[in-house]
Amino acid sequence: MADKRVNWFKYAAPQTFYLLAGRAVPWFAIAAVVLTAAGLYLGLWAAPTDAQQGDAYRIIFVHVPAAWMSMVVYLAMAFWAAIGLIFNSRLSSMLANALAPTGAWMTFLALWTGALWGKPTWGAWWVWDARLTSELVLLFLYIGYMALHAAIDDARRADRSAALVAIVGVVNVPIIYFSVQWWNTLHQGASVSLTKAPSMAPPMLIGMLVMSLAFWMYCFAMALARVRTIILERERHTAWVRKTLAVA
Amino acid sequence: MTDAPSPSLPAAGMLQAMRGLVARDLRLALRRRADPLSVLVFFVLVASLFPLGVGPEPELLRTMGPGVVFVAALLAAMLSLGRLFADDYQDGTLEQLLLSACPLPLLVTAKILAHWISSGLLLALVSPLLALQFDLGAAATGVLLLALLVVTPLLSLIGAVGAALTVGVRGAAVLMPLLILPLCVPALIFGTAAVEASRTGMETMGHFSLLGAFLVLALVGAPWATATALRIALE
Amino acid sequence: MNGSGWSDFLAMGGYGLYVWGSFGMCVLVLALEIGMLSARRRAALQPDDADVIDNTGVGA
Repeated sequence: MADKRVNWFKYAAPQTFYLLAGRAVPWFAIAAVVLTAAGLYLGLWAAPTDAQQGDAYRIIFVHVPAAWMSMVVYLAMAFWAAIGLIFNSRLSSMLANALAPTGAWMTFLALWTGALWGKPTWGAWWVWDARLTSELVLLFLYIGYMALHAAIDDARRADRSAALVAIVGVVNVPIIYFSVQWWNTLHQGASVSLTKAPSMAPPMLIGMLVMSLAFWMYCFAMALARVRTIILERERHTAWVRKTLAVA
Repeated sequence: MTDAPSPSLPAAGMLQAMRGLVARDLRLALRRRADPLSVLVFFVLVASLFPLGVGPEPELLRTMGPGVVFVAALLAAMLSLGRLFADDYQDGTLEQLLLSACPLPLLVTAKILAHWISSGLLLALVSPLLALQFDLGAAATGVLLLALLVVTPLLSLIGAVGAALTVGVRGAAVLMPLLILPLCVPALIFGTAAVEASRTGMETMGHFSLLGAFLVLALVGAPWATATALRIALE
Repeated sequence: MNGSGWSDFLAMGGYGLYVWGSFGMCVLVLALEIGMLSARRRAALQPDDADVIDNTGVGA
């Protein structure tokens, strides 16, 4: 009697996941391209010029999505790292490793675009705004995760140690954010929010949401593509990988 | 390594184990006086570099002082944490600790306590000298001392997690601060804010309450995380 | 957008440097990330020495 329920756990095997991810990546990539095109049209064309910030505000169409993704990816990374640590699942740890570089790039982008937005708006490239400063700390957390993983030769120890770093990091992020927020208001007096978006007209809001979705699809595609490469690297000596390499 | 559970100790036994460990670590630190002392000298040296870098103008130094002293304490703590587990790892004591009937988080707490006494506590006690260098005034100096007495254990606790994660790892000396310093930002912010508040005649109780809360959180979470990290590192 | 729209578009009301500096960096990061991953995947697909020496009939 066949069991008709889907055995989701079979996807926890690197070999099955490799194939599944391989089929999924093109779809996410296409979605990313389409959404980006739509978002860019909305952001650079359709959305009106802002009364206070002029056309400089258009930077939010990449700054906000990048910042959101930097945080979402960190949460996802910590989640999969924790699963890998608790349930000893190799694939979960590989997924966490695949997410880290993408998240770090997003954080870098958020910082870069934040600085470029700050210069015309507030006169300086970096004014220690609370949210940007927290993004900077987040970048250090990503780099720490990747550096620790790279420094440990044994793959399992590297996975599990880095997972603990991610978990400790994710627990501390709210505390750090709160502290930096407080520090910023203390030293700047009035509640100045550097990257406060102008009151959003609908095309602006929709454009930002579309771009955020686009970035999300991109991050999915990159993480899944990267985990496939990690699987190939880690499972080099299994029969199925040898077959894949022979065909490639 | 066997997974069989060790027979658990009664509470009195655990306390004895912890006391023994603290005494041992302190004795070892006393024998190697150069290690804690050089960390202390580093602390004073780093703090002294800042005026050399920015000029001796008194008001500027008074403003910078709390921040500089705290950052110097942070860096000195990072340096000292290298030896928290390294020596025991090398001579096999760490593996023995993992096999002990006493729960590992308790043993870790004992080691952190001993480590703090031979590093953080000394840093805090020396800080009034540095307060003098920056002309912080009597009240602010007192607050600096108290704040460091609360923050240095916090640094030892958080740092222990980093030290455990990087034990025996290539490049641990710089990797560990890389992991831990971002996590020390809240302590830095509120520690310096307390001293600043005292200097400008404002209330410091709020900052100390927060620092106290962080310390309690760390006391609960850090030994467990450190123990987990040690098991990951040694298994 | 009308004829003079292009130069206006590029100028972005005087903020062209900042706006295109941002969008441009996005494109650059994209290219870098995809490029680095491609290189990594190509390296992973190379059969290494162990595969060649090993007598599985696969490799080289």
